[in-house]
Amino acid sequence: MLAQIGRRMVAGGAVVAGVLTLTFWLVQLAPGDPVQRLLGPTGTAAQIAAQRHALGLDRPLPVQFATWIAQFARGEWGRSIATGRPVRAVLGDALPATLLLVGLSLALSYTLGFVVGAWQARADRRVDTALSVATVTLFALPGFWLGLMLMMVFTYWAHWLPAFGATGLDADTLAGWSGLVDRLRHLALPLITLTLIGVGGTARFVRGAMREVQGQPFVTTAEAKGLSPLQVAGRHVARNAMIPVIMLLGMSLPALLSGTVLVEVVFAWPGVGRRLVEAVLARDYPVIMAATVVTGVLVVAGNLLADVCAAWIDPRIRYGRRAT
Amino acid sequence: MSRLRRDRRAVFGIAVLAIVAGAGVAAPLISTGAPAAQHEVVATRFQPPLSTDRAGTFHLLGTDRFGRDVWTRLVYGARISIAVGGVAVLLSLAIGLVVGAAAGYWPGVPRVILLGVTDFTIAVPRVVLVLLLAALTRPSAGLVILVVGLTGWMSVARLVQGEVRALTARPFVEGALALGLSQRRVLARHIAPNALTPVIVSAALGLGQAITLEASLSFLGLGVQPPTPSWGNMIASGRDTLVNAPWVATAPGIALALVVVACTLLGDALQDALNPTARYG
Repeated sequence: MLAQIGRRMVAGGAVVAGVLTLTFWLVQLAPGDPVQRLLGPTGTAAQIAAQRHALGLDRPLPVQFATWIAQFARGEWGRSIATGRPVRAVLGDALPATLLLVGLSLALSYTLGFVVGAWQARADRRVDTALSVATVTLFALPGFWLGLMLMMVFTYWAHWLPAFGATGLDADTLAGWSGLVDRLRHLALPLITLTLIGVGGTARFVRGAMREVQGQPFVTTAEAKGLSPLQVAGRHVARNAMIPVIMLLGMSLPALLSGTVLVEVVFAWPGVGRRLVEAVLARDYPVIMAATVVTGVLVVAGNLLADVCAAWIDPRIRYGRRAT
Repeated sequence: MSRLRRDRRAVFGIAVLAIVAGAGVAAPLISTGAPAAQHEVVATRFQPPLSTDRAGTFHLLGTDRFGRDVWTRLVYGARISIAVGGVAVLLSLAIGLVVGAAAGYWPGVPRVILLGVTDFTIAVPRVVLVLLLAALTRPSAGLVILVVGLTGWMSVARLVQGEVRALTARPFVEGALALGLSQRRVLARHIAPNALTPVIVSAALGLGQAITLEASLSFLGLGVQPPTPSWGNMIASGRDTLVNAPWVATAPGIALALVVVACTLLGDALQDALNPTARYG
């Protein structure tokens, strides 16, 4: 199992290296000269040449690439062109907010999705159809639009929940308990949006996985042994259906992060996605590059985690044989 | 086919897509015909749905803050959504088919490289990739097609690759090669058509995703630019008027959700119809 995880880590490292390479070369394609952007229209030719030399932009591209990689690995991510703040500080402030949102919505949507999907797999046809309609609708809703609709209802009509940011304007004055309540109230709408969309996809998948397992001979055996339906569903069906679901969790991370980007923009959530969109609109390349790499690393790490979880649940994977 | 006709999901999906595409094609006939037209902004803006403004024009879905008819913009936006989504999906199908067929047919180094590139592209969040590409040039519908197409081919490539690998081992391929046909011809004429089944399912699901992605990009201001209506930039403009004119953002979102539901259900139905081992219930 260690060897397998080792292989996965190598593959993950290759993906991160690929993201670094792609980001660097794509940004080279960008129109406009970064030095001219930096100095503005008043820069003289001599100033431009001096600045170019100072930034190392007069060296051959492969050398620049190697330098950039080395600096990136050392944690020197440069400064934001738009704000002048170090990129590492910009993203370092944003990452916890994104991780909180993504982590909680993953946990909630998979728990709820598993419950709904498992219920559907055992329910009679009418309940199943009704829930299928509900889950496919949730799955299809564009996250940014669902977010706006929830904002319209809960913020503008009902005045229940705040719509923007992670804390209120008076957050600094709120101590202890009321500060936590303020944070939770700000978290509510973005979290509900992401979770509702996630539940749709997960429930659809779990329903299929449970149905598939239910037809297997070992389930009939378990029933014939006289186990209660709950025992059969819990120990035999759910555990086996869990494996593809965990694999899905790993694979759906890129889509989840994509959805998070838009939901962060809608709710002005101070996360990596919002920073990325701001940077794209401002053509702030150092931030764009670093944010892309950070999301790439998040995906790789999440996939690795999913692999480990799958191996933990499924002894066949743990002992190095492929699940059949 | 008859199986599909009996499947309510397929009927619903095809009906919705046909109605939306039909509305897009017939846009000048069923609307005011001028999606960007503004008349006396102050007098005509924020008309609620089913109202008639002072000039006597009826607004089925009301007007936005510039007094533009939301229904007209919706049906013209359908043109953009369906066209951009459709072309982008065709582009990603083409790339996926070529990459998948090549990776499935030529073992060794080409397969390793092509599958490596595919796995890598899957691992990068699509919106991030799209944003990275969108940051490089001026936003336009053409760029959206290119960007959405270039980031959507991976699942097709993987499916086709598996299918082609299985087909290559079949006797009829050996027969075609024994007859002296060139490898490329065997791949294009004998293997690829047989590997198309999973592609059809991907096309239906991909269309929904592509339309959502176009709307997302336009919502962020990186896609189709106003005043050309697209569902995404309509939602973006309605975002500022959620309080006094909620219909501006609601209508395009419902249209978007309906189309994506239609694509998903159609994809599910096709999957069940084409895959005989998974037929149940």
